[in-house]
Amino acid sequence: MSYELVLGLEIHIQSKTKSKMFCACSTDYFGKEPNTYTCPVCLGLPGALPVPNKKAIDLCMKLGLALNCSINQETKFDRKNYFYTDLPKGYQISQYDQPLCYEGHIDLEIDGENHRIGITRVHQEEDTGKSSYAGGRTFLDYNKSGVPLIEVVTEADFRSIDEVLEFANQLRLLVRYLGVSDADMEKGQMRFEPNISLRRKGYAKLPPYKVEVKNIGSISVLENVIRGEIERQSEILDKGETPVQETRGLVDMTGETVSQRAKETEADYRYFPEPDIPPIVFTKEDIENVRKELPKRSPYELRSYYLDEIGLSPKDADFFVNDLEVSSLFNKLVDGKESDKKYIDSIVSLIKTLHSVIIENSIDRNFSDLDPGFIKMVIEEPPPGHLLKELLKVKIETYWEKDLSPNEILQKEGLESVSDANELSEFADKVISANPKAVSDYKNNPNAIMFLVGQVMSQMNGKADPNIVKKILEGKLK
Amino acid sequence: MKDLYKLTVKEASEKIQAGEISSEELTKSCLERVKEMEPEINAFITVTEKYALTRAKEIDKKLSKKELRSPLVGIPYSLKDVYVTKGIETTAGSRILKGYIPQYDATVHRRIEEAGGILIGKTNCDPFGFGSSTEHSGYGVTKNPNNTDYVPGGSSGGSGAAVAYGGGLYSIAEDTGGSIRCPASFCGVDGLKVTYGRVSRYGALAYASSYDTVGPIAQNAEDIALIMSVIAGKDPFDATSFEGGKDDPPDYSRNLGKSLKGRKIGLPKEYYGKGLDDEVRNVIEKAIDKYKSLGCETVEISLPYTEFAIAAYYVVGISEASSNLARYDGIRYGIDVEAEGWKEKMQEVRSRGFSDEAKRRIMVGTYALSKGYADKYYKKAQKVRQLLRNDFERALNEVDIILTPTMPVLPFKIGENIDDPLKMWLVDAFTAAINPVGVPALSVNAGTSKDGLPVGMQLIGPHFLEDRLLNFAHIFEAS
Repeated sequence: MSYELVLGLEIHIQSKTKSKMFCACSTDYFGKEPNTYTCPVCLGLPGALPVPNKKAIDLCMKLGLALNCSINQETKFDRKNYFYTDLPKGYQISQYDQPLCYEGHIDLEIDGENHRIGITRVHQEEDTGKSSYAGGRTFLDYNKSGVPLIEVVTEADFRSIDEVLEFANQLRLLVRYLGVSDADMEKGQMRFEPNISLRRKGYAKLPPYKVEVKNIGSISVLENVIRGEIERQSEILDKGETPVQETRGLVDMTGETVSQRAKETEADYRYFPEPDIPPIVFTKEDIENVRKELPKRSPYELRSYYLDEIGLSPKDADFFVNDLEVSSLFNKLVDGKESDKKYIDSIVSLIKTLHSVIIENSIDRNFSDLDPGFIKMVIEEPPPGHLLKELLKVKIETYWEKDLSPNEILQKEGLESVSDANELSEFADKVISANPKAVSDYKNNPNAIMFLVGQVMSQMNGKADPNIVKKILEGKLK
Repeated sequence: MKDLYKLTVKEASEKIQAGEISSEELTKSCLERVKEMEPEINAFITVTEKYALTRAKEIDKKLSKKELRSPLVGIPYSLKDVYVTKGIETTAGSRILKGYIPQYDATVHRRIEEAGGILIGKTNCDPFGFGSSTEHSGYGVTKNPNNTDYVPGGSSGGSGAAVAYGGGLYSIAEDTGGSIRCPASFCGVDGLKVTYGRVSRYGALAYASSYDTVGPIAQNAEDIALIMSVIAGKDPFDATSFEGGKDDPPDYSRNLGKSLKGRKIGLPKEYYGKGLDDEVRNVIEKAIDKYKSLGCETVEISLPYTEFAIAAYYVVGISEASSNLARYDGIRYGIDVEAEGWKEKMQEVRSRGFSDEAKRRIMVGTYALSKGYADKYYKKAQKVRQLLRNDFERALNEVDIILTPTMPVLPFKIGENIDDPLKMWLVDAFTAAINPVGVPALSVNAGTSKDGLPVGMQLIGPHFLEDRLLNFAHIFEAS
């Protein structure tokens, strides 16, 4: 018999904030020694109280708005009560009947056809600690406890595996692009829980059961799980039986699952409003301010614009789409010159350099706020290659808000390059006569010239372009 | 100087600042008093003698350099054992936390220490605040210093008894449904339940988070005003603490002594009906007469939802409590037991560690929050809570303060009500109605029964007007 998939998804996403949801502990816990990123609040010690992280709430709202949700102007936290070793308070702070965001949708285009997936809700909660088991013992690490977690719940609108995969990929791209999360699945920053059931083709009613699979940390495993369930449930249905409503867990990465809990023992979480956190009220203006930060194009639209209209390589397109700040600066610089290949190449290269400067120096600046006029000047009149990174670094660290041209900055910082040929020649002569051994080495081994270049650079306190110095030396030693 | 422990905070503070006595002398006097009284009274779970004497010496040094000016400098005090104290055992009166040494300080303790206060010990209480007699404590019953056959009230019975006998000049206790006011009344001292949010709850072991308040028990209103000016105010670690701007907290002493002429006192008829002990009624009526002679006007008012208050209080309170107590699972702290797996371990720790009263409240609270029952109990109780708030708001628009007996009964004998949990719950009727509303309420010693048992009156005022209550009490005490 032929069946139709009826599937809804719950997705947990760790937000990209510096501190945890309800305390000041760092969220940068991955790979760190167990229980070193904890405090009385995230350990649930007696007397400790949660104070909500405003940045996390903003990110949750941002994602909700990007998923076309309505926003509850009055939202609140609730306690979800259950006992587990890695849940230190005996309850998880989550949201129940007034989620921050509700009733949204996302449109997927598959083979030229539009498929709309309803978003039931997007709410804010906190992650639990981590239990692991070895040698008959349980090991507990609370570093992850209290990390901000966004839960996205969809309607049971998925009818094919293609839709699920397209959705998962788009959502991952969206949260990265918006800066909501790095969504690094290997670090558990994005987890899927599908509710899977089947019905006979042509039937409109929801099936009388559903099977939930917990905690899937990879899109390919998600695919395997769904395929496995379709097969397993089809066999049961073929026999004229109804699959048991249950929760299943992963056995391994192949997607094989095993029953964990049948419905009879379904937990009652005894939700009630979290009395330690007052309800949060937003004005319409608060919400509009977050909406204003949303980009005009979805990351998918942006990616095809980069590929089709600007002609970026898929690798470059992905690089830009993965970071809203980077793409926003890029878009400002493109400024109608999509077809100027040479210009586009130079901004791509410059933004990549800028990105690496920011990463290498762990600079905490919003990329997209950098003055595009400054970048244009750098492109029009590039400084000597060896000074580019240094220029960008001091611009960001020292001259962020100062309206100085690249040359003015180089001068102020004493970074200007000596390009006077006579002066360079003098230094080169000095170095050649002082280093006869290196000169004779060079006759046998052309690479030895780098030693002489270094000597010139050092005598000139670095104020020369090493490429030019090299050329001058080569000319003299021919 | 003899019997320094008998001084009020104000008197002691003046003597310390003037250099007449040292903090060390005062602290020693209190510690000696504790040694003398404890075998009989048992007000303390932990006495921090060494800690207190070391601190007092340090503070004396700072005092000689005029580095500290707070009225609490050098004054010995106690903390109800529900406040975490770094490095000092904290039990909440429960066996489940026997031996628990916290890693951080409650905000209220930190503020008093920064002001130069000297902690002399942690006082006994009903476990997690569950009780009105301190008979449920896992560390023995506390006796009433006025008559040791009687309970000191609860749940902060240790704090009430300690202040009454001079074991520290004041105590910081905790009030969820009367836990400060009841022992203040039964022990013959004053105790303030502050406006919800007025004093940070950070580091206070939670009973019912939306009712819990942190406040002082002291010998008189003047002392309470001094303490409030140190402990009140916004705390970034408590999201429910009140943000009062840059002039907050106010100086709670500034209005003391203002004439009460023409001020209106509301007497809710629901609090003076059947069930009110005659001796209590006599003392309260005399107090009302005194206020009249001071120029106050009294009016009968009505708080029509009073009859539902105690039910609403308990349903919401123990619902929250059932969740607040979930963290005591024996995994990270508290007593330890050997067990097969983690579930068995949790069950065993909780079975052994919690008192019967705690278990009762966990079970009823869990039930009230369960699917299918939450609408009938928890949500309905929250609706009643709103109606109670409306009652008080309406009444407090008409009068300056509301005056009621603190407790409908005199202190009862130890063991008298222990087998009747419902009766024990009902003695809280007048105090428990206030916490769901959130307004401040002050229990003031109003006199004694024929047999010398103390009787307290409860003064209730609008949100954040603790200073008004303190002035009413101060004038009463000074005249």
